[in-house]
Amino acid sequence: MISTQIQTAAYLFAGILFILSLGGLSSQESAKRGVYYGIVGMFIAIVSTVLGKDVNGHIYIVIAIAIASVIGVLVARKVQMTAMPQLVAILHSFVGLAAVLVGFGSYLDPHTLSLPDTERTIHLVEVFIGVFIGAITFTGSIVAWGKLDGKIRSKPLLYPGRHIVNITLVIISIVLGVLFTMAPGTDGMIYLYIMTAIALFIGVMLVMAIGGADMPVVVSMLNSYSGWAAAAAGFMLGNDLLIITGALVGSSGAILSIIMCEAMNRSFLSVIFGGFGDAPVATSGDIEGEVTSTTHEEVAEMLKEAENIMIVPGYGMAVAKAQYPIHDLVDILQKEGKKVTFGIHPVAGRLPGHMNVLLAEANVSYDIVLEMDEVNEFMDDVDVVMVIGANDIVNPGALTDASSPIYGMPVIEVWRAHKVIVMKRSMATGYAGVQNPLFYKDNTDMLYGDAKDSVNKILADIIK
Amino acid sequence: MKVGIPKELSKQELRVGGTPKTVQRLIKQGFEVLVQSGAGNNANFSDEEYEKAGATIVKTMKELYDQSDIVFKVQPPTDEEVEMMHKGLVTLSYLWPAQNPELLEKLKTKGVNAIAMDAIPRISRAQKMDVLSSMANIAGYRSVIEGANYFGRFLNGQITAAGKVPPAKVLVIGAGVAGLAAIGTAKSLGAIVYAFDTRKEVAEQIESMGGKFLTVDIEEDGATASGYSKVMSKEFIEAEMALFKKMAAEVDIIITTAQIPGREAPKLILEDHVAEMKPGSVIVDLAASTGGNCVLTKDNEVYKTGNGVTIVGKLDQLPTQASDLYGNNLCHLLDDMGKAENFHIDMEDDIVSRAMVTYNGKINWPPKPLPVSPQKKVEETKVEIESPEVTEAKAAKKKAKTTAISLVVIGLFLFLLGKVAPSDFMGHFSVFVLAVFVGWQVIWNVTHALHTPLMSVTNAISGIIIIGGLLQVQNDLSNPMTIIAFFAILVASINIVGGFFVTHRMLKMFKK
Repeated sequence: MISTQIQTAAYLFAGILFILSLGGLSSQESAKRGVYYGIVGMFIAIVSTVLGKDVNGHIYIVIAIAIASVIGVLVARKVQMTAMPQLVAILHSFVGLAAVLVGFGSYLDPHTLSLPDTERTIHLVEVFIGVFIGAITFTGSIVAWGKLDGKIRSKPLLYPGRHIVNITLVIISIVLGVLFTMAPGTDGMIYLYIMTAIALFIGVMLVMAIGGADMPVVVSMLNSYSGWAAAAAGFMLGNDLLIITGALVGSSGAILSIIMCEAMNRSFLSVIFGGFGDAPVATSGDIEGEVTSTTHEEVAEMLKEAENIMIVPGYGMAVAKAQYPIHDLVDILQKEGKKVTFGIHPVAGRLPGHMNVLLAEANVSYDIVLEMDEVNEFMDDVDVVMVIGANDIVNPGALTDASSPIYGMPVIEVWRAHKVIVMKRSMATGYAGVQNPLFYKDNTDMLYGDAKDSVNKILADIIK
Repeated sequence: MKVGIPKELSKQELRVGGTPKTVQRLIKQGFEVLVQSGAGNNANFSDEEYEKAGATIVKTMKELYDQSDIVFKVQPPTDEEVEMMHKGLVTLSYLWPAQNPELLEKLKTKGVNAIAMDAIPRISRAQKMDVLSSMANIAGYRSVIEGANYFGRFLNGQITAAGKVPPAKVLVIGAGVAGLAAIGTAKSLGAIVYAFDTRKEVAEQIESMGGKFLTVDIEEDGATASGYSKVMSKEFIEAEMALFKKMAAEVDIIITTAQIPGREAPKLILEDHVAEMKPGSVIVDLAASTGGNCVLTKDNEVYKTGNGVTIVGKLDQLPTQASDLYGNNLCHLLDDMGKAENFHIDMEDDIVSRAMVTYNGKINWPPKPLPVSPQKKVEETKVEIESPEVTEAKAAKKKAKTTAISLVVIGLFLFLLGKVAPSDFMGHFSVFVLAVFVGWQVIWNVTHALHTPLMSVTNAISGIIIIGGLLQVQNDLSNPMTIIAFFAILVASINIVGGFFVTHRMLKMFKK
């Protein structure tokens, strides 16, 4: 048994460790230390809670944690780095589910009944909001997981009047909330049930309406929600550690969403309300020039002659799992004394920073993996750019064509390099459904085929 | 299909239409290659090297022409050579079609399909076949080497035990391909490089090579649609001359590269400019063959003027290097024409239709004009110059206003909240708001590359919601609270364990 004061001190210490843990991520060197801070913080938090005076049923706690640890370790070991977005999404749903469960538990807690009037009302509001956010996070994350995993088609599901339906549902929830706080004892349970059902439905519809390439934003947004859900649970329980942690995670997700939106030049609301990928605007007619294709022998030849090479990967690289042969290719080129860099667009892939993780997995040294702004600075000096499985993020139309739906989105300006090789399966448009004038440029050659296959062939030609 | 590489007949021409490297490329493209014995001698390539690369050596030029379908040459064919050509033969060489109408006539009568490499349009797609550019590049490089050779001092500044040496000053006139190559070479030898061009748009290119762009104070842009400069107005030329006079006294080496296609080279360095120059300084005139940019230049000669200025009107061609690049240019053209397998003459093609000056017994010259796009319009840039400060000031004002309004709103909200909420809640609320701010500051510092680990670690720590479950679980399993709390602990722990584990796994992968 430890006293409440000591428990509070322990919580404060855990909170500091969590902040340090997130702060550690400012660089690759300190990041590993950051994880340990997080683990220690979590350990202190759990132990000090369990040793506290209000805790019962230790046996169940041990059983639950034991089962969960086995599942957690298995999943975390097994998951492929390409499947990280799915894992992150499903973990978000767990936080949402936990928030719902804690909300229900808190309502049933006899302690709630004994609260004085104002405090009880506030507590019930907290419960209600916590369950609402938790439920949306739960189903929203599950749908996001399904879309990322290809179990649900990633095309946005839109029906007319869906905004009105959503708003109506929110209003109904508010009314239910009022009824809920006024109900004596645990009579309000029925309202809580209905509201939960509604929130679950909103969560599904919210993410269903969002297209595949907007997933980085959605996943960040759900990250944020899971944080707010935890913070709401903290208010319910009057627990500062939960509030601090929830607020940290909530603002982290919010910042990620903002970064992703800026990178796509889209307002947060337009992403949330979805429907972006649904309007294919084909302005193909007025693009000048012709598409020239090339062969892997020629690309190999070009790479041999080039001094300064850049690789711009996109989601296509992840799909083809081309990062391993790319690493081998980079190794060989570097051994020949060439400068090789990677240019990463903030929204490349399906998760913020996804490309970095995939390249790290393939052992690519992180100091040659650069951000969009960095590579745009020296693009004019680059001899050959290889664009692998990316489309919209290298579209010059985003800068020049005011009628383009992606106009204004910052892109990697690969066309300024001397030569661009675009590896693609076909001439199909990218997620935004816009033609890419890059393919028609004189200094661009297309190399059709599976990215992994192509890179392997180029590799073979270079070694030869 | 057979590609033939004959020996050049001109005594002054040291280059050859293709080198052993070219032969390798051609064979890769699917051609057979014939080389006349001794073709590469002047460019330092032996018959054995050609044979090793896969070519067949033929004894005489006659045999070569008889057996070849395509011929790689440098100089325009002489009458003797035209005589040996057969109908349908494709030749690639310099032709200077504007200056050589009789030659076109002869080629036409013979039924030869002649491609003038000097008539390849200067569009981006054709850059890899542009022999004028690749040769100009060599000339630019060589002009500096040549200039340094006749110049009696170091090009780079040095501070030695024996005393201080100031860096040489080089003025490059005309920043085309040759000019830019000269700027780069002179710069890398350590000289201070000035460059002049009538086209304002090249200022950036000059600076990128390390030169200082010189200009005159007259608003006139020499850029034309063809990519060459136009002839400038009288006022402009006067200002230009004054500038050159001033510079002539100051610089040590002047390299001139100004040429206007189909005309005599413009006279830019006059006698009084040369008179201004210091003894020992050098003028390298790349336009010597078309009359020279300097009035005193003598074509194919190097001599010293009365006041000790060396004027170089003769350049070594670097035949080994030049032949290599020339051959590459020609190979690229064949690449474009379908290589050996699909070789065909497409008169719809922008490049082929312009360079193919005789085709099927007809003369195809002059071609219709094809404007190259010089990238920018002058007017646009002017508008933007004043605006940034104004917009910035406006934005700052607007920002201050919105900040003030939102602060008032937040203050009001907090006040109202304080009025109704119990003190306990206000305590938690303070913690919440401060934590949001801390989070906000901390997360902006996270590097983009670590956003995925950030998400998984926040996943793990948001598992802290486990505390909710821990506090609610009861001893009694029949109590619904226990079951609910059990599951809450279960899912939250999966998050904690899975999240930390996978983050750790990811971060381990990030290696320098």
